[in-house]
Amino acid sequence: MNLTMNKDVQTPPSAGQPVSAPNPAASRPAAAPAPAAGPAFEVKDLNLWYGTHRAVQDVTLQIPARQVTAIIGPSGCGKSTFLRTLNRMHELTPGAYHTGTILMDGRDLYGPGTDPTVVRRRVGMVFQKSNPFPTMSVAENVLAGLRLNGVRDKALLRERLEKSLRMAALWDEVKDHLHKSGISLSGGQQQRLCIARALAVRPEILLMDEPCSALDPIATAKVEELIHEIKREYTIVIVTHNMQQAARCSDRTAFFYMGKLIEYAETQQIFMNPSNPQTEAYVSGRFG
Amino acid sequence: MTNDPVPAFPPHMKRFFDAELETFRSHLILMGETAASQVRAAIKALVDSNASLADQVIAADDELDQLEIKIDEEAMRYMNLRAPVATELRLVIVGMKASHDLERVGDEATSIAKRAVRLSAEPPLKPYVDIPRMANIALEMLRDALDCFLNGDTAKALAVCRRDAEVDSINKQLYRELTSFMIEKPGTISRAIELMFISKSLERIADHATNIAEEMIYLAKGKDVRHSEEVKKNGSVA
Repeated sequence: MNLTMNKDVQTPPSAGQPVSAPNPAASRPAAAPAPAAGPAFEVKDLNLWYGTHRAVQDVTLQIPARQVTAIIGPSGCGKSTFLRTLNRMHELTPGAYHTGTILMDGRDLYGPGTDPTVVRRRVGMVFQKSNPFPTMSVAENVLAGLRLNGVRDKALLRERLEKSLRMAALWDEVKDHLHKSGISLSGGQQQRLCIARALAVRPEILLMDEPCSALDPIATAKVEELIHEIKREYTIVIVTHNMQQAARCSDRTAFFYMGKLIEYAETQQIFMNPSNPQTEAYVSGRFG
Repeated sequence: MTNDPVPAFPPHMKRFFDAELETFRSHLILMGETAASQVRAAIKALVDSNASLADQVIAADDELDQLEIKIDEEAMRYMNLRAPVATELRLVIVGMKASHDLERVGDEATSIAKRAVRLSAEPPLKPYVDIPRMANIALEMLRDALDCFLNGDTAKALAVCRRDAEVDSINKQLYRELTSFMIEKPGTISRAIELMFISKSLERIADHATNIAEEMIYLAKGKDVRHSEEVKKNGSVA
């Protein structure tokens, strides 16, 4: 599924915590931008192995809150793997393990007291390939996460449905077809539906793994517009193969190569005057 | 950022449009050489009272104008189609700006040549010493700025920025000297005014060379050193 609520589906509420209890997804206020405090993530000496293959090597960086951070690099450089460590998605891959620390809002993301399902509720994810739930309508897709979290308040669900679809720039196109199947939409609409589904649970951070690679330029522009709109409220980390997209959308850019972080700086610097010749070779398409 | 040795990097890929950038670079180099030779010929025409050489300079200005247009077209095409970044983007931007400076250098050479034609009909006001000296400095500045374009030697380009003051000072000195001529012998006024304008043209050529040097430092280092007092005084980039 397209947002990381899937663990919530499988995980019953813990004992003593009724389903109807207020949960962060339902109760987080509609995004009055909080003052930017410390970084959203502080990654230190991160290594990640798939069995014996070390996919991420000694990565240390800070991802600022309420900014867009782009991750670029050739295929197989570890950028998607790195992204998945930010909401513990890699733990779903057999044989994957990591060393090093990741702090989210100053707290250890992998600490013993941290529940991965809570992490994934706070850190939403949008994948390269849109994947609406095929048996659900447009509305059911958007509200799936909230319903799985036990939200029953119809007014809240209605409000959240419209708000999320509006944020994903999809409302006008689907408002008269909310009960049609999610997979009846076009590819670009499906991707925006998946973004709306991720936004509906009000995550604080949105991870986007090549969200536009299968979209046409118009749908891409809409997703980029969305990123621009929501970055006041959300921390966004986007993996992209599209250099111009990274240059257009992001505040900071990290270049990965063979599992290592080669350069991480303001996006303007990366694309105007990178300090590392490897970064320059990659961003100018002279790599290969 | 990793402190370990960076992983081996594959050799740079040849892109099918790399030749476009090479053409762009070579047009800029050609423009630089043409502009310098125009200045050199204009000064020679003045010193030798050679009106026919001056006419050649005036006629050849069109070549620089056409090169400027060509460079602009190539830059716009490259930005439009190839979406350059990093050094390439700086190259295209700097190329457009430097070509404009070089076109202006050509205009100044033409202006000197026109004055040389008029002066050739009269006896020289005085032996030409300071004007060729100024022209040599301005041409050296132009050459060093373009050398920085060819081989990235920013030390030479920084020296160009410092030398601009030298040309300014000779220009002021000539201005005072020619003013005294005019006061003492009103019959020299027309020739003295022509020489003042020639001196001013050379001072402007040095200014354009300084602009080009600053542009080449930006190309090589990504640092904007324009209007930097530190560069003018100490010749260093922070």
